[in-house]
Amino acid sequence: MLIDLFKKTRYISVDLDYNERQKELGPLVVCPFCKKSMRAKEYEQRLHQCQHCGKYGRLNPEQRLAITVDEGSFQLMNENVYTTNPLDFKGYEEKIAVLQEKTGCTEAVTTGVGTILGEKTCIAVMNSEFLMASMGSVVGERLTRLFEYATEERLPVIIFCASGGARMHEGILSLMQMAKVSGAAGKHSQAGLLYITVLTDPTTGGVTASFAMLGDVILAEKNATIGFAGRRVIEGTIGTELPKDFQTAEFVEKHGFVDKVVSRQELKEVLAKILKLHRLEAGN
Amino acid sequence: MSGEHNKITASGRIEIVKQKARPNVVDYISRIFDDFIEFRGDRAFGDDQAILGGIARLGDIPVTVIGHHKGKNTQENIDFNFAMAHPEGYRKALRLMKQAEKFHRPIICFVDTPGAYCGIGAEERGQGEAIAKSLQVMMALETPVITIVTGEGGSGGALGLAVANKVYMLENAVYSVISPKGFASILWKDATREKEAAELLKMTAQDLYDAHIIEGIIPEPEEGAHKDVKQMCKNIEAVLRQDLAELTGISGQELAQLRYEKFRHMGVFLER
Ligand SMILES: [Zn+2]
Repeated sequence: MLIDLFKKTRYISVDLDYNERQKELGPLVVCPFCKKSMRAKEYEQRLHQCQHCGKYGRLNPEQRLAITVDEGSFQLMNENVYTTNPLDFKGYEEKIAVLQEKTGCTEAVTTGVGTILGEKTCIAVMNSEFLMASMGSVVGERLTRLFEYATEERLPVIIFCASGGARMHEGILSLMQMAKVSGAAGKHSQAGLLYITVLTDPTTGGVTASFAMLGDVILAEKNATIGFAGRRVIEGTIGTELPKDFQTAEFVEKHGFVDKVVSRQELKEVLAKILKLHRLEAGN
Repeated sequence: MSGEHNKITASGRIEIVKQKARPNVVDYISRIFDDFIEFRGDRAFGDDQAILGGIARLGDIPVTVIGHHKGKNTQENIDFNFAMAHPEGYRKALRLMKQAEKFHRPIICFVDTPGAYCGIGAEERGQGEAIAKSLQVMMALETPVITIVTGEGGSGGALGLAVANKVYMLENAVYSVISPKGFASILWKDATREKEAAELLKMTAQDLYDAHIIEGIIPEPEEGAHKDVKQMCKNIEAVLRQDLAELTGISGQELAQLRYEKFRHMGVFLER
């Protein structure tokens, strides 16, 4: 009886400890790739890299900037440019409003200026949570204005690319953004200024076929999907399944279209180093 | 354009431009230009026959002519890959454009493609990079560039030859960011709503003209270009001659700047 009571008490106390400990460890998250769970806090500390399979979760602009720019240095730009509905596509404006509410972002790209380990640069981060970071008029306009500002102020530009492609809801206008942004990047380049693209998961379609591939230096995050056509489209065309590593950052690097595949942990330092070397080269 | 003709739906026009009898780039080149000589290869990987290019003469003016090449029969379509270019096709086109710039030749492009090719080789050899480079380099060319969309203007594959000072569409031509079928299956998860998508996408010559994306519409003979290829070519030639007279009087630098400013203003958004 005594033993029973003792056991019972002990059992309860362990249970309390367990709950207490769980509370302290915080909530769990599930890896989008291997579906295994881990502590959100640890996942965040590992810069959203899964401790089981090693793959990187996608970062929204806030998360990306937090691990990239010097604290308090980032100044938002071009937020005054916002989306309308040129094709009168049913539900488009509502969709945008819902996404704004959900993501806290006004459109699929966040642009501004800040410093990375003290190196001043213009920065754009595309947001895969916002209509798969598809490029419509606003994404095109914000990026173009960023290039124009950088050209005027003689600053480098870094774009963290991610995109499902063109914003189909805006029809031909979205296609024209490819030419527009490429042209603006060209003007920046003609002024002798540095442009770095960081290809993150997933960089595809019209963004790959325009400014993503136009960097003086093109970096890619490990494991990121990078390509022009969608995997399923190609499989449909050729009628067979594609190898697993097809259109990965490593695949694109092997074929000569990326300067360097980098881990998320080293990315900030790599960027700062490249910025610094170009600043020195410019003789400033 | 006759009032009747104006009523053809986007889907109707897609049917017209996809007909086998529709004139292709060779029909246009042979009737509009003299002394055409084809130049092949990208000097790096190979020669992509989905894009045809070379030099020729329009009246007294030497020009570089480049266009997507659709076949007239099954064998040609296989050889030319249904005018869906690989990266080496865009790189060949770009090489010929830089050559044109060096020798101060105006560039005339004919666009007629379902889109850039989607396949393993195309990805391995950098389809994205090839098109991206085309857009950026075309934008800065210091020579006149005129593009005519003669049939299908399929997305990035079309745009890769269409960063021009003047872009025209034949009356029945279409130009779109995605095929209506692709649009319907992605956004509505229902490919059968293809026709509805075709109207919504605003992809006809008139739609693009109204949206200030193209400079003009070149009228086609009744029922389409194939009904009177000679007349069609006359209509195209008249536009080219008029534009070349205008553009050859402008400095190369200014042409590049004008082209940039034109595309710079494309996009519809609001500003607070
Ligand atoms: Zn995992």
